[in-house]
Amino acid sequence: MHNISSTLSQLGAGLKFTLIIFIFTLLFSIPLGLLVAKGRMSKNKIISGIIRIYISVMRGTPLMLQLMVVYFAPNFIFGIQLRDLTIGDVDYRLTATIIGFSINYAAYFAEIFRGGIQSIPQGQYHAAQLLGFSGAQTFFRIVLPQVVKNVLPAVTNEIITLVKDTSLAQVLAITEMFTAAKGQAASQVSIMPLVMAGVFYYIMNGIIEIVMNRAEKKLSYYN
Amino acid sequence: MKLLEMKNVKKSFEELEVLKGISLEVNQGEVVAIIGPSGGGKSTLLRCATTLVPINSGLIKIGGDTLVETDDNGVTHYADKKSLAHIRSKFGLVFQNFNLFPHFSVRRNITEALIHVHKKSREEANRICDELLVKMGLEDKGDSYPCNLSGGQQQRVSIARALAANPEILFFDEPTSALDPELTKGVLRVIRGLADEKMTMVIVTHEMSFARDVADRIIFMDGGLIVEEGPAAELINNPKNERTKSFLAGY
Ligand SMILES: Nc1ncnc2c1ncn2[C@@H]1O[C@H](COP(=O)(O)OP(=O)(O)O)[C@@H](O)[C@H]1O
Ligand SMILES: [Mg+2]
Repeated sequence: MHNISSTLSQLGAGLKFTLIIFIFTLLFSIPLGLLVAKGRMSKNKIISGIIRIYISVMRGTPLMLQLMVVYFAPNFIFGIQLRDLTIGDVDYRLTATIIGFSINYAAYFAEIFRGGIQSIPQGQYHAAQLLGFSGAQTFFRIVLPQVVKNVLPAVTNEIITLVKDTSLAQVLAITEMFTAAKGQAASQVSIMPLVMAGVFYYIMNGIIEIVMNRAEKKLSYYN
Repeated sequence: MKLLEMKNVKKSFEELEVLKGISLEVNQGEVVAIIGPSGGGKSTLLRCATTLVPINSGLIKIGGDTLVETDDNGVTHYADKKSLAHIRSKFGLVFQNFNLFPHFSVRRNITEALIHVHKKSREEANRICDELLVKMGLEDKGDSYPCNLSGGQQQRVSIARALAANPEILFFDEPTSALDPELTKGVLRVIRGLADEKMTMVIVTHEMSFARDVADRIIFMDGGLIVEEGPAAELINNPKNERTKSFLAGY
């Protein structure tokens, strides 16, 4: 017999990690992605070359593998004891998960942002320069707001993918929602925990779609 | 007083020499029209004068300040960053395709630089904006967005934007070429009004009758050189150079 309350409390505990991974990844990967995009477009061939390789590795290898590399690298490469990397009561497994997700998603966001930035016509920069705006003012006041509008649909896609990708954290033994659901399904010999987890993911993405649609509508005052 | 002075300005894009030694002076209150076939270097000339593209050699002075100069050793120096900012505040440029900021209202297009570059108060900026909107015949369009305006209205907004910081000289690069004939009139009327106020202007245009009526002087440019220049009516009605004649024959 399926025990709903046990499933709910386990899924709830897992959901906490799912949300932590989700929120911190967005928090870090979006600004990082912007920087990476800037680097990718740099006139300095060395910088743009390195960034190009970084992006292609991030996109060309499994995220699960990247998570393991981020987790084991400090020990394999620098001989650091992983337990020494605990911050407060945050185990390095979680830190590594967030780092791994952030650098992976930054690469995808960077390519989206690059497309968005390059779609801004040269004339916008010329007009801004002649009006006396500094480089930073031009970017933040003129370019970025237009880029945000351009990239919103693609960014929504990435965010929805991220919600589902959080389940990959299980490779570092993090009991996020999917791992919790698998555990409950096995111990209760029921498929219900998995179905419920599916519903949770679906609701999360439903909320994201509503929020992003609203944002898109808000920015549709011009075209 | 000379507001624009160019001496032997040369500009190449890679191998292609686009300006082959342009010398030109514009006095305060003067309206100069530049005409000539497409590809002759007219836009490049304006871009060089407005710092959008760097020149290879020559001298450019704006309002008496040296923007760029080639010294006796043949090295070309631009003014330092601070002087450059000061020199840029002396001129405005109106583009063929407006280049308004699409995410800003008309009002913000006009006031943004006043507030964030020229450090004027919002009230002061709004007052300047309202005045300009009246002058442009757009007094009810302050809250509109560029995408909801006709091309002619957009171009008038971009003229207002270029005028907001009170420049000494205004450059126009084919301000009506992207417009239907019907919409062209309003824009030309505004420019004519500025000429009546003795605004110093350099206007690249294909509107020959407009150039003849409004400009004091017309310059005919072809192949990266000034081929002929003279008082407006005279150059249009009695061109001396064969190339000028055949160009004008097409209008
Ligand atoms: N950024 C650029 N790079 C390379 N060539 C250019 C560039 N801008 C203009 N040119 C070339 O310079 C020549 C003059 O162009 P332009 O100044 O636009 O002439 P006009 O405005 O008289 O039509 C053309 O042959 C054009 O292709
Ligand atoms: Mg041109």
